[in-house]
Amino acid sequence: MAKKRNLILTVILLAGLFGLAWYINFETDSYLRRIVNLCMVYAIIGLSMNLTNGFTGQFSLGQAGFMAIGAYAVGIFTVPVSLRPSVFYAAPMHPAIADIHMPLWLALIVGGLCAALVAFLIGAPVLRLRGDYLAVATLGFSEIIRIVITNAQTITNGALGIKDIPPLNDVRYIFAFTAAVFIFITALINTSYGRAFKAIREDEIAAEAMGIDLFKHKSLAFMLSAFFAGIGGGLYAALLGTVDPKNFLFTLTYNFLLIIVLGGMGSITGSMIGSILVTAGLEFLRIFDEPLELFGVAIPLFRPGFRMVIFSVLLMALVLFWRRGIMGTREFTWDKTIAFCKNPFGIFGRKGVDKA
Amino acid sequence: MKKFFSVLLASALAVGMLSGCGGEKKDAAKSDVIKVGVFLPLTGDNAAGGELELRGIKLANKMHPEVLGKKVELVVADNKSDKAEAASVAARLIEKDKVKVIIGTYGSSLAMAAGNIVKENKVPAIGTSCTNPQVTANNDYYFRACFIDPFQGTVMANYAFKNGAKKVAIIQEVSNDYAVGLAKFFKEAFVKLTGSPDSIIEVANYQTGDKDFSAILTNIKAKNPDVIFAPGNFTESALLIKQARQLGLTVPFLGGDTWETQEFIDVGGKDVEGASLSTAFDREKASTAEAKKFLDAYVKEYKGEPSALTALAYDAYLIAIDGIKRAGTATDSVKIRDAIAQTKDLEAVTGKTTLDKNGDAIKAAVIKTVKDGKFKYTDFVDVK
Amino acid sequence: MEFFEAFVNMSGGSFAQHMVNGISLGSLYAMIAIGYTMVYGILLMINFAHGDIVMMACYFTFFGISVFHIPWYLTFILVIITTALLGVVIERAAYRPLRDAPKNSVLISAIGASFLLENLANYLFSGRPLRFPNIEVLSQNLSLGSVQIQAISLFIPVVTIVCLMILLHIVNNTKIGMSMRAVSKDYEIARVMGINIDNVISITFAIGSALAAIGAIMWGIRYPGITPMLGVMPGLKCFIAAVIGGVGNIKGAVLGGFILGLGEIIIVAFFPQLSGYRDAFAFIVLIVILFYKPTGLLGEKTTEKV
Repeated sequence: MAKKRNLILTVILLAGLFGLAWYINFETDSYLRRIVNLCMVYAIIGLSMNLTNGFTGQFSLGQAGFMAIGAYAVGIFTVPVSLRPSVFYAAPMHPAIADIHMPLWLALIVGGLCAALVAFLIGAPVLRLRGDYLAVATLGFSEIIRIVITNAQTITNGALGIKDIPPLNDVRYIFAFTAAVFIFITALINTSYGRAFKAIREDEIAAEAMGIDLFKHKSLAFMLSAFFAGIGGGLYAALLGTVDPKNFLFTLTYNFLLIIVLGGMGSITGSMIGSILVTAGLEFLRIFDEPLELFGVAIPLFRPGFRMVIFSVLLMALVLFWRRGIMGTREFTWDKTIAFCKNPFGIFGRKGVDKA
Repeated sequence: MKKFFSVLLASALAVGMLSGCGGEKKDAAKSDVIKVGVFLPLTGDNAAGGELELRGIKLANKMHPEVLGKKVELVVADNKSDKAEAASVAARLIEKDKVKVIIGTYGSSLAMAAGNIVKENKVPAIGTSCTNPQVTANNDYYFRACFIDPFQGTVMANYAFKNGAKKVAIIQEVSNDYAVGLAKFFKEAFVKLTGSPDSIIEVANYQTGDKDFSAILTNIKAKNPDVIFAPGNFTESALLIKQARQLGLTVPFLGGDTWETQEFIDVGGKDVEGASLSTAFDREKASTAEAKKFLDAYVKEYKGEPSALTALAYDAYLIAIDGIKRAGTATDSVKIRDAIAQTKDLEAVTGKTTLDKNGDAIKAAVIKTVKDGKFKYTDFVDVK
Repeated sequence: MEFFEAFVNMSGGSFAQHMVNGISLGSLYAMIAIGYTMVYGILLMINFAHGDIVMMACYFTFFGISVFHIPWYLTFILVIITTALLGVVIERAAYRPLRDAPKNSVLISAIGASFLLENLANYLFSGRPLRFPNIEVLSQNLSLGSVQIQAISLFIPVVTIVCLMILLHIVNNTKIGMSMRAVSKDYEIARVMGINIDNVISITFAIGSALAAIGAIMWGIRYPGITPMLGVMPGLKCFIAAVIGGVGNIKGAVLGGFILGLGEIIIVAFFPQLSGYRDAFAFIVLIVILFYKPTGLLGEKTTEKV
């Protein structure tokens, strides 16, 4: 009964959000559209990062590299063939790929698969590592990917980047992808795989003793994470219309780290909330970069660069004082929401009950 | 209930009409000014360049405040040196501020991010110092006041050849689109001039942010080049030249217009003496009447020597105003675009300006060399 | 084949020059890697901010000599002290509150600290590069036949070896060194034995940061452009050097530094066409070594306790 009700509520919510996406797509200005799109793309990548870092407990910092693979797949395959000579003006495109053209959705999937393949290949040496070592090794791989892209002139156009990617600014399109990724990951977490991921996070040795194949599950989580990061990266490229290697410096990964830390490591709905807060928050923080006058007095603190200082202070403060983030490892559920609506004060009485 | 709704409806209508009227009134009041969008990085990594260009545009607006008998109003928007931001800012200028022509920006990747927006909305944009050929390629709505990377590479190849260089080594910042573009066209032009592909004895790469260049320099030293072409960021380039001198490599270094900053000389010190670069403007070579006016006004307003960036931004404004004047309209952006595309022999600060079929300015380049801690005019190269 | 060609074509002078360059770079890496390894040995965490401490020390030196006109030798001492203090402050603010938190939280805090230092430097000193003060005695050039050596390049290996000796002496033969070793073995037990853990960790950070300051001064003289992002790549590479050698092992850090420094130079010397991939070299070496020897070349084997 409750299950059926929850399913119906979820469908209604998704339909409502899709309606909202429709509305935003046609009734608002392109500035708002861009912010909303960016939010959703960040949500996809935040979710993908949460899969390894949050659910499986493998601290990976390779997201920027996987995004780059997806972004370049879109860049390479969706630019119309007739425009390619002018894009690859310094060195012509490699003949093997020069005539391959794909629609965006196919290029996104190809990009995701390429990213997953790379994740599979690097997973073998890297996933045996733990904690800090894993973090640095994955960060290293994301840098290697960027350096290879920079040097592979005839495939990626090197530092010159790729432009003339057919622009995508359709909120509905990106919403559909975000919803699909969200639904997939939610479903995955509730399967035996999801439970195995969490077991590995809680205690690797105990999980192994329970008969969970550590490497297989870590590798699976890593590949899926890379796949979704690749799709997110591809959408990011289509959204901007251009890509170049400098977009994918490893500092880009920090944005997603903030998203999952803020939302809660190991919470899907937390990542969604985190991505909205971080994207909108980074826009909001821009006021700190502009000179501010209060009562006719210029406040000297406000000048370019202040925004990023605040951003990093926030990241640190979050870890120091609010380590579990907004959601911790909990999820937003209909049962709890309805219980809350019936008795808004009850929640204070039973803290800790709804731990996942 | 019914009553409630009808009141609500009526009040909503009234509010709508009022705001509608208000809007119209506003438009009517504003129609005697012409809005020009200014699209520059005023914060972030490229803020320094953006600031210099804003000076040029403001100065030009001061000198030429009117066109078609109406006042020109600048709407300045900051693209924050960020590609995602650049796209939204360009959209905001067109949709919210209703500008019919945009000037900017410094930084090719920022211009490219805005490229699709201006193309979709059919609003012409005039780049100030975005030198990547891709900015105007496949885009009828993007123009620029500066020359392009291939031209600069070709100019330096001609300069090197003219000064007797036979063997050249190239050291490029491989992660920088600007450096890669310059190096590529330098190589082509130089091979053509000497007639021998062996005249480029080495192409070495480094990444943005690298500090140690001793290995590539030791390799190059062993091959004895006559000159080294090393386009790239000024920080890395200054360190590169310092290390070359320290390794006993005494040949001259050539580079591009990015070197023309005080920091290049500060970091490089006496080691960068004799390094040459190409740029768009020098006061000694300033020939047009507009240049005289510009120099006088600049000295009065900001003191000191204007940078090439300021001059180019000034010219971009002139191109925009000239386009509006010849189009005879300030509201039809397509007509303005067509007029800008026809720009020919416009009296501008950096020389008489003509736009070619891609929308790129055709102009000569000035060569400057570091001497006694200053950039000094040394030569003038015009490649047809 | 290409390797062979390059090797045959290389003159003795070039080869000697490459070796000199490699040793000079390697000892710089080694110097900074020691700081990483010390902190890791005790806290079992990467001090991600270590590279940025190097960057801050460069700015301190700039302000000491170029702005306040303090003689360079005095400035060096002041910089070493200030940087040591900075290290202690970072430990207090970013790491101490998380001493009993999961390791991933500490790692995120370390990333946050590093990011904060970079952004703070960008905000305070602007992103435009500054010139590291010129110290004539150390930056002058010496010629040995066709090989050119900067005076500082002779000093760097010597300073590194001297620091290594002093450090080994402290760790092995002093009371504080013994406390450090006890804390790194098992800090719960060390606490029970009456060791003031907070003091030991603070002193470790002070020593690690002082070494970073010495490294920064030598780095600055050798590569005299200061920018806020200066510490990022050296930081990562020196961490890798520490891991290659076996993190927590001081001699290993020095070994790793030399392997990385010489390796980077040699790869460009013999494979000039790979010069664009040079920065990837360190990461590839890291992954290869971790694959075959997960605890590094000189690291001890540890077993996980449940």
